Amino acid sequence: MDLFEYQGKQMFAQYGISVSPGEAVRTVGDAVAAAERVGYPVVVKAQVLVGGRGKAGGVKLAANPDECREHATNILGLDIKGHIVKILWIEHASDISEEYYASFTLDRSAKKYFGMLSAQGGVEIETVAEQDPDAISKIHIDPVDGLTEAQCRDWVLAAKLNASVTDQAVTLLMKLYDAYVQGDTDLAEINPLIVTPDGKVHALDAKVSLDDNAGFRHDWAEFESMQIRDDREQAAHEADLQYVGLDGSVGIIANGAGLAMSTLDVVNQAGGTAANFLDVGGGADAKKFINALTIIDNDPRVRSIFINIFGGITRGEEVANGIIGALAAIDIKSPIVIRLDGTNADEGRAILEPHLGDKLQMAPTMLEAARKAVELASR
Amino acid sequence: MAIFVDENTKVIYQGVTGSQGKYYANLNRAYGTQVVGGTNPKKAGTDVDGIPVFASVAEAVKETGATASCIFIPAAGVRSAVMEAAEGGIEFIVCITEGVPAHDEAWFFNKLQRDYPDVRLLGPNCPGIISPGKCNIGITAGHIAKEAVPGARNVGIVSRSGTLTYQALYELQAQGIGVTTCVGIGGDPVPGTSFIDCLAAFQADPETHAIMMIGEIGGSAEEEAAEFITASVTKPMSAYIAGQTAPAGKKMGHAGAIVSGGKGTAAAKMEALVGAGVKVGANPTEAGELMVEIVKNL
Repeated sequence: MDLFEYQGKQMFAQYGISVSPGEAVRTVGDAVAAAERVGYPVVVKAQVLVGGRGKAGGVKLAANPDECREHATNILGLDIKGHIVKILWIEHASDISEEYYASFTLDRSAKKYFGMLSAQGGVEIETVAEQDPDAISKIHIDPVDGLTEAQCRDWVLAAKLNASVTDQAVTLLMKLYDAYVQGDTDLAEINPLIVTPDGKVHALDAKVSLDDNAGFRHDWAEFESMQIRDDREQAAHEADLQYVGLDGSVGIIANGAGLAMSTLDVVNQAGGTAANFLDVGGGADAKKFINALTIIDNDPRVRSIFINIFGGITRGEEVANGIIGALAAIDIKSPIVIRLDGTNADEGRAILEPHLGDKLQMAPTMLEAARKAVELASR
Repeated sequence: MAIFVDENTKVIYQGVTGSQGKYYANLNRAYGTQVVGGTNPKKAGTDVDGIPVFASVAEAVKETGATASCIFIPAAGVRSAVMEAAEGGIEFIVCITEGVPAHDEAWFFNKLQRDYPDVRLLGPNCPGIISPGKCNIGITAGHIAKEAVPGARNVGIVSRSGTLTYQALYELQAQGIGVTTCVGIGGDPVPGTSFIDCLAAFQADPETHAIMMIGEIGGSAEEEAAEFITASVTKPMSAYIAGQTAPAGKKMGHAGAIVSGGKGTAAAKMEALVGAGVKVGANPTEAGELMVEIVKNL
């Protein structure tokens, strides 16, 4: 789960990291009221889960209520790379004398934690990595040992930050490390990490991605409640299905994440595009197929549905019965193509046979099923 | 021969008293796996369908001589279950559980490497391992895997995905091709056993003549495997990478299946494998056909 900037800052504040005072609002009126409490000048910041907010006009400085009202009006509803701004973060403006970059993430290759620190902040770290790779100070941390203060200091010194803030930077980065590990984040990033004219080190932005698998040991209900999902993603989330919404016209249901991914691939190879990724998982409960089919059929993009099942321990006839049970319970608008293979595939196909027609078709292989589904979608 | 597990492997099930643990321990036993016990501190001294339940892994190992364990413990308990297995004397730990926090995985991977370098962990979030005809640990349907045939050309399989592994087993079986061992390394960011571990073992196994590898988007394990193949694998290989059309920035079902910052794309992985001399299929069927062709020409 990716957090909005303001949520990331709330989390950082819990770990003692210095962030600017501010408030999250959803209306122009609330923005102006919040600015009064926060104190002018304020920065009006669009809360969207995409980079490049500043360039898109989503971050503006306001010196007074008129300016705040004007900016809030312009930014609310703004489309930033397809993300519509619904929330604003109003924070007290900071004076900046230097901008740095700091982050912790997992190096999957080294299987260690990985910290990056640079005196060149405020720009994309990928750009720094390309243009001036030596400007990034890197550290690998063994998860068993954790980050020691001495290691952290060496790392800071290697980054060649302003020498006067070394101690503060070490303290802040130790806290950021705690937030990264104890907070169960996949990414904890501050860009820019600023130094103010009076020499204070301060997190001016926050980019945090939480590890959804660790939700059981945290109270993330408030973060969760603010997640923006489209209708289909919300429905899938409530039905506990592994779902990703896409833009194509062939709805996909497969059992297994790998098979679902490869189903997208073969639909593409057949000249079509998938409307979604959906892993229905193991088992063959009719309820699961009802949920999956309903979500897909309610998607206005969908013109045909491709159910791709490989029977393992769950046998073909169980899956066939689950699908037939689901189709008896609900009315599906789009035509369905089924590919059923693996354990007891023949028995499963025999169960499907009497139900076949224009609305429900069967294909012997994954590729043929994909071609058929693509053809139906283009009709 | 098989890699990692064979007919001599004795397995215990951590979480054998849960519904999943019980179900798969029974299936594995019915397949012929030496299922010698299970653990649950609250139910020690009882049995699950004749499988004796011990209080701890250490006790189960002492009483049964178990060498492998299979973990069906909920995600919150996996970290301590993995360490209990290693401390209890298990050499090969298979963790089926999905949804384990990445920080836990990173921690026990490094802890095992440091304190128990001889212990192998497979998973978490994996289907397990099967050496057809000898040993099946985990959730793979045993009957779709054909036993390796002595004297014939046999294949080893290593995969990040469960259902795609089954598909590969099934296609090889349909063509009468035997499999020495099929290893599901799982779809998480920090897998205990890597592609390279499996490739090295298959390369060293005289009964494995060709290797099929199934990867997916996210991370750089396939690129690292490609480097290893170039340097150290002489056996012919076919491969498939799932997620060629997956959007960036989205986790595709598996926690580790995500393209981020332009890294971990299927295109880059396929290119690396092609560069290492691997025959790469555009879809799982094609990768299976390529393997059939490889075996026929051996």
